[in-house]
Amino acid sequence: MDDKIIEIKNVCKSYSDKPVVKNISLSIRRGEFVTLLGPSGCGKTTTLRMIAGFEQPTSGTILFNGEDITTLPPHKRNINTVFQKYALFPHLNVFGNIAFGLKMKTIPDGEPKTDKNGKTVQKMRHLNKAEINDKVNAALKMVDLEDYGHRAVNSLSGGQQQRVAIARALVNEPQVLLLDEPLGALDLKMRKDMQLELMQMHKQLGITFVYVTHDQEEALTMSDTIVVMKDGEIQQIGNPTKVYDEPANAFVADFIGESNILSGTMVKDFCVEISGHRFECVDKGFKFNEPIDVIIRPEDIKIVETDDKNCLVEADVLSCVFKGDHYQVTALTYGDERNEIVIHDNVEVNAGDKIGLYIKPFDFHIMHKSRLINELEGEIWEENVVQMCDGKFPCVSSLEEGTKVRVKVDFDDVELTDDEEDGTIGATIISSIYKGSYWQYIVRTDTYYDFFVDNDYEWSIGDRVGIKIAPDKILLEEVRDEQEV
Amino acid sequence: MNKKFKFRLTRRAFAYPYMIFLLLFVVVPLVIILINAFLDDNSKFTFANFAEFFTDAGGGLTVLGNSLIIGLVTTVICLAIGYPCAYFLAKYHASNRVFVLMFILPMWVNFLIRTLSTKAIFMAMDVDLGMGTVLFGMVYNYLPYMILPLHTTLVSIDHSYIEAAEDLGADKLNVFLKTVLPLSVPGIVSGITMTFIPAISTFAISEILSSSKIFLFGDAINMHFSKTTNSFGVGSVMSLVMLVLVIVANVIVNLTSKDEEVSSVL
Repeated sequence: MDDKIIEIKNVCKSYSDKPVVKNISLSIRRGEFVTLLGPSGCGKTTTLRMIAGFEQPTSGTILFNGEDITTLPPHKRNINTVFQKYALFPHLNVFGNIAFGLKMKTIPDGEPKTDKNGKTVQKMRHLNKAEINDKVNAALKMVDLEDYGHRAVNSLSGGQQQRVAIARALVNEPQVLLLDEPLGALDLKMRKDMQLELMQMHKQLGITFVYVTHDQEEALTMSDTIVVMKDGEIQQIGNPTKVYDEPANAFVADFIGESNILSGTMVKDFCVEISGHRFECVDKGFKFNEPIDVIIRPEDIKIVETDDKNCLVEADVLSCVFKGDHYQVTALTYGDERNEIVIHDNVEVNAGDKIGLYIKPFDFHIMHKSRLINELEGEIWEENVVQMCDGKFPCVSSLEEGTKVRVKVDFDDVELTDDEEDGTIGATIISSIYKGSYWQYIVRTDTYYDFFVDNDYEWSIGDRVGIKIAPDKILLEEVRDEQEV
Repeated sequence: MNKKFKFRLTRRAFAYPYMIFLLLFVVVPLVIILINAFLDDNSKFTFANFAEFFTDAGGGLTVLGNSLIIGLVTTVICLAIGYPCAYFLAKYHASNRVFVLMFILPMWVNFLIRTLSTKAIFMAMDVDLGMGTVLFGMVYNYLPYMILPLHTTLVSIDHSYIEAAEDLGADKLNVFLKTVLPLSVPGIVSGITMTFIPAISTFAISEILSSSKIFLFGDAINMHFSKTTNSFGVGSVMSLVMLVLVIVANVIVNLTSKDEEVSSVL
């Protein structure tokens, strides 16, 4: 159980001071199928490249079978990679590509001998032609390309190139196989087939697979363990069921599968309040009246009659779409604040219908909010102006110029403007999560501070926006320099 | 009734000026050379010109042999100097065009001026003008033509091939021998073409840098057509031989580059 083949310890990686991977620690057990999952730019590929040896961590260590391999060059690692675009050598045919690694390899030749100085010497030799032939043919057979050895790689289809790339890596009998979004270039049908084939190979060979993908379905289908990453940080590590059923935070819930993410408060143990309704749940240990995020999977919501005794909350149907094995119903709940939620159920309803909803207590997934208020450091620029994130915000304050202050701004007090110029400072939307009645955005300023913003309008990730805050909504608190006192 | 040829301004018409130019200044001179090759001084039909050249009566064959050897040596030296240059330029300054420019810069100066200044430098250094100086001049002149195509090819090699080779256990030397070198063959072939073919037909360089001691094929043709000797017939034969050589060289190059394609397509 504790047989760790790869251990990543406190690894950081930055490119010219821009952090890409931030203090990641992760251990991978022998024979495991681990998937690094996350949106593009989350550092998953960089992590994989550090395991392969193409990149060196800025800090931290990587252990392989307990040995430090942090600075070991790639050709000395018993790890092979299947590249995103396969990187098959165009000057070699299929056979030559697969045999490449074997020709580089040296194996012990005969028994170790003791030389005259008393040292044990192991003679090494290259594999001979027949051995290479046998191994390559076995590898070709494994990927169902037996008669393709003489073919040029450019004449193969995407799926066949994919198989050659896998065979080329596996023929070296690595202890760990790294796969960098290997199915990204294939069409859907082919991708599904290859998923199953890869799983089968993993089972047969017993090699550790480390798989990188941004496709959550692929990750859920194939992995023993999923590592969800965002922004260079690990959000959650767990098996597919756990990651799906008990997401660690709103990001994971939103990224993996569809989910309804709502804001609520824990009024007491086993009781959550959402928009004035109280529901029974199975979580406890939260602070009294703590604001929390509630996640409910669409398939966990049951549609019932409004007069049913199970009916917990009533809702108006906005739309109902047939999806093959279920209907996808969008409904607007009744309550202090009306929330839009998505339901997957087998019942067909019509837009405008009033329905009742039932959710089992353990289907309410309660999690701490990652932040309750935006809090950052600033400095008083002049009377009624505070400087933060390289911007000068008008505020209400009589503090002296140059005073260091702690600034607090509520999520819904941060205004976003379409035109960057209209805001006090510019920023980029890096995350957006729909919370039933509004969107919660994470907006990154050019000084790398992340504002959490609640907003009714829709922006896309990557959009540039302006940030504006009403003067009376900026809460200031003087920071006393403790060292001086 | 005379409607056999009617001029219409179609897109094709824009090609006519060049066609006429081609006819007047390429095809016609070639035909004249071909005719000249079969005429003696009195404009009578003869094979004497061919006989004179191929029996090496005027030393024409020897000169051709020398030219081929010098061309070959020049190409080999250019490749030996140019490949490492292009390789390191591509590896360490892929984004920095200035370094590449430094190697290309000599091409911007007229080659006669370059050659004459080289000669002046050699004379000032009291170096005997001869085979060594000629080779130096040739290499100096043709090196950029070797580096440029090599650099272009090397820069365009996808870095993932190199990573794949490393991943499969190749150390630095093997990465170079088993991936970079084979992948740069198209660059090598075009570098050789751009060096060898001009090098065998060059004149001025050998004449200037050896004080006319070393006589190459280009010089020989030049001499035959000059007023003093006035042996247009032999000169024409030599021009034809040169033409055949260039065609043969091109065919060989095309064959090797086609082999490349074929082996990668098959």
